[in-house]
Amino acid sequence: MDLDLMITSFPKLLGATVVTLKLLSASLFFGLFLGLFFAILRLNKNIFINKFAYGYSYIFRGTPLLVQIFIIYFGLGQIEYLRTTFLWVILKEPYWCAIIAFTLNTGAYTSEILRSAFQTIKPGIIEAGKSLGISNKIIFYKIQIPIAIRQSLPAYGNEIILMMKGTSLASTVTLMDLTGVAKYIISTTFKPIEVFIVAGGIYLFMTFIIHNVIKYLEKKYSFQQ
Amino acid sequence: MELLAFGKTGWGDELFYATLMTIAVSITAMLVGFFFALIFTPLKLSKYKTLNLVGNFYTTVIRGVPELLVIYLFFFGGSGAIMYVASIFGYYEYIEINAFITGSMAIGIISGAYSTEVFRGAIQSIDKGQFEAAKVLGINKFGQFYKIILPQMLRLAIPNLSNVWQITLKDTSLISVTGLVEIMRQSYIAAGSTRDPLFFYSFAAVLYLLLTYVSMKLINKLEVKYSRGY
Repeated sequence: MDLDLMITSFPKLLGATVVTLKLLSASLFFGLFLGLFFAILRLNKNIFINKFAYGYSYIFRGTPLLVQIFIIYFGLGQIEYLRTTFLWVILKEPYWCAIIAFTLNTGAYTSEILRSAFQTIKPGIIEAGKSLGISNKIIFYKIQIPIAIRQSLPAYGNEIILMMKGTSLASTVTLMDLTGVAKYIISTTFKPIEVFIVAGGIYLFMTFIIHNVIKYLEKKYSFQQ
Repeated sequence: MELLAFGKTGWGDELFYATLMTIAVSITAMLVGFFFALIFTPLKLSKYKTLNLVGNFYTTVIRGVPELLVIYLFFFGGSGAIMYVASIFGYYEYIEINAFITGSMAIGIISGAYSTEVFRGAIQSIDKGQFEAAKVLGINKFGQFYKIILPQMLRLAIPNLSNVWQITLKDTSLISVTGLVEIMRQSYIAAGSTRDPLFFYSFAAVLYLLLTYVSMKLINKLEVKYSRGY
């Protein structure tokens, strides 16, 4: 055990954690909207819209995140036309490519979580709203969405943790996030166990925080007070 | 299409073997995972607090730390650990472990943590009366587990194990960082030499989709088989 290395690498890894957290929060923020959008499409009765939304979630859930990042980072740059548009400003940055890939990925999982949450809402609740003369739009925004969010909290908590682990893949497209810096320190010092303990400890700490925040929210918004 | 030709002109045969490699690593990792689950599930269900702690430590750490970090630990630390053990027995030469073994061990340990949770949940959801009835009938511990608990547990565990399989299959793409030539690594090589990353990475995505689709179909059959009578 090299305690000195653990102590000296801790601030470096902590600095890299900021990058990880930025990637995570940005992709979760955009992914939640994307997921909600596709969950609503999934509930649409039109078969084409329905199949389109299903295809999106099937493709992004059926392929590894690494493939998705590589297609966006290495693949899209190959299209000559894209290089001339304003999109190239975004797509030439590994940071934004990673966020786009993570957003699309978490959006697919989130849409599945929200769809199943919408489907478990008892029809009686919607009927009760209707019989009170509330418009469909308000029923959706004030009744269905809050219940769906409460229902999907446990599954969404898991998704946040999975996504936090997923951000480690940003290190494969030259970003220096927590895993990227950990790998750099390991490959320069050849002390994998010490670095693993420190970096893994930081990840576990974040998992612990996320887990408890979700648990608190679940309790706060539970039906039985 | 000529990029995918078999033989020396295209990448078809290389990608085909790479796909076989992905399947081989996934199956090995899944079996390694079962082995770990076999050790850690009883620990998690044990009456003793210390054993519970060991079991929980394994599943919490592995499920809370990114897969890539675990793979780096094995990739950089694997041969060091083996050499350390070998040095105890008086062997000081450099030992290099095969990328296949490192990869399937790393993915196996990850998949084992998920399998452990699945088995724990399945066993816990079996009615207590089943255990008691088996005891009353005088069936020994071995028979209780293999003839009564296991068949019922499998029915409950298969849908969740199919999720673990999907996770494992997708995680194998990460061992491309260690240089093992599976789908992802082969696509990386092909993309580098033909300068056509869009095509090859998209093709890799199609291969993964195909693998997940076929395995889903096979698992569904298993599910039907084990839920006869329900």
